[in-house]
Amino acid sequence: MSQLSTRHLLGIKELSEADIRLVLETATNFKEVINRPIKKVPSLRDITIANIFFENSTRTRLSFELAEKRLSADVVNFSSSNSSVNKGETLVDTVNNILAMKVDMVVMRHASPGAPHFLSKNVPANVINAGDGTHEHPTQALLDAFSMQEKLGDLTGKKIAIIGDILHSRVALSNIFCLQKLGAEVRVCGPVTLIPKYIESLGVKVEMDLHKILAWCDVANVLRIQLERQQIKYFPSLREYSLYYGINKKMLDSLKKEIVVMHPGPINRGVELSSDAADSAHSIILDQVENGVAVRMAVLYLLAGAKG
Amino acid sequence: MQKRLVLDQQQIDITLKRFCYQLIENHDDFENTVFLGLQPRGTLLLDKIVALLQEISGVTVPSGYLDATFHRDDFRRRDFPLKANETKIDFLVEGKKVVLIDDVLYKGRSVRAAMDAMIAFGRPQKVELMVLVDRRLTRDYPILPDYYGVTVNTLDSQYVVVEWVAQGNPADAIWITEKVTS
Repeated sequence: MSQLSTRHLLGIKELSEADIRLVLETATNFKEVINRPIKKVPSLRDITIANIFFENSTRTRLSFELAEKRLSADVVNFSSSNSSVNKGETLVDTVNNILAMKVDMVVMRHASPGAPHFLSKNVPANVINAGDGTHEHPTQALLDAFSMQEKLGDLTGKKIAIIGDILHSRVALSNIFCLQKLGAEVRVCGPVTLIPKYIESLGVKVEMDLHKILAWCDVANVLRIQLERQQIKYFPSLREYSLYYGINKKMLDSLKKEIVVMHPGPINRGVELSSDAADSAHSIILDQVENGVAVRMAVLYLLAGAKG
Repeated sequence: MQKRLVLDQQQIDITLKRFCYQLIENHDDFENTVFLGLQPRGTLLLDKIVALLQEISGVTVPSGYLDATFHRDDFRRRDFPLKANETKIDFLVEGKKVVLIDDVLYKGRSVRAAMDAMIAFGRPQKVELMVLVDRRLTRDYPILPDYYGVTVNTLDSQYVVVEWVAQGNPADAIWITEKVTS
């Protein structure tokens, strides 16, 4: 099969295992493309894509823009800070105005969970979720799975730990859905205040002890403390958090096996990950960034290629 | 279903040998020559040519597999996107004489896409095209092969099928069949 079962990428929850495997396979082809002397293919030359970011982003936005340009799409960028949103325009009106300029696909990041789902029901363009609040960040999960697969082979039976601020992380939820669909076992680790109450209903075990989870896992996907989403104090201080949940190279070296360390960025060095751990041979953080472009090219190509 | 044999095992063997001697004539010691097999089916012919040339002249010509899926002109004109195959080229074609190798030349669109894809690896000095079967009368683009095994007059309602032993067939053979209409 070479077609996704959906015309939007709203979340990993809506994707089938076959969809995920198709994206990862196609991303392998695009990774070869972005390592050629000329890194551009003409597939999307008649497509215009709007990147609509209602929340801050560096990596994701650059990665999407690069992926779009590598596919020869025309790209328009929009951020809410200098737009008519501040003058009271609704989301659908804003997007419909952009679509009136003959835009075919919309990549959107929004602070409200479900915003891309709402949009997909109200506009004719393909919608790609680039992060909706604390809900999902599907392309990050796909690139994480791609990076893990590149390092470890098939993920069936592999043990993946997600460590840190699970409560406020859209990356955590998308990772859980994606990795479980690929047959991996997922556990989460963090302070009890940053673990969602019903996380175990997703088939995910909770471990409070960092040393135990590092000894258990094949991959440690480390998340940032999202202070910007925290309205109350969830732990006494960053220093204390770092003491209990910060990973350093000494800790990794003391394990009796090699594990892979990942981070979706931006890293708070010295908090969840020390510099020597982030820059160590265990870390594939920069591979994740490179793979992000290939995976996003695959998603754009597969969604744009489907008729209707 | 009607099925007509175009070339049998022995005729294909003779054709491949002829290809090798033609290549030797035109490329001398192959010092500046590379071969690119077009995915998916041109790669099988490429592998055979590379092995046979090694046997005849002792020369191993650098070769790679080229996939042109992302360069095709029918993207978004099909019901779903085509699945890409592996591109495996560990050299640049800058200044090289490139021989593109495919099994069947039909509309010429795949070869156009392949030339577009090839340029991502540099600006070649010269490009030649080798095909086992040249389907005359069905070309959409002004493309002709430099080396061809056999020329056939076919209709759009027909397929040209190239079977290789390497794919699990009893013998190498080329057939013309009718497309089945339901």
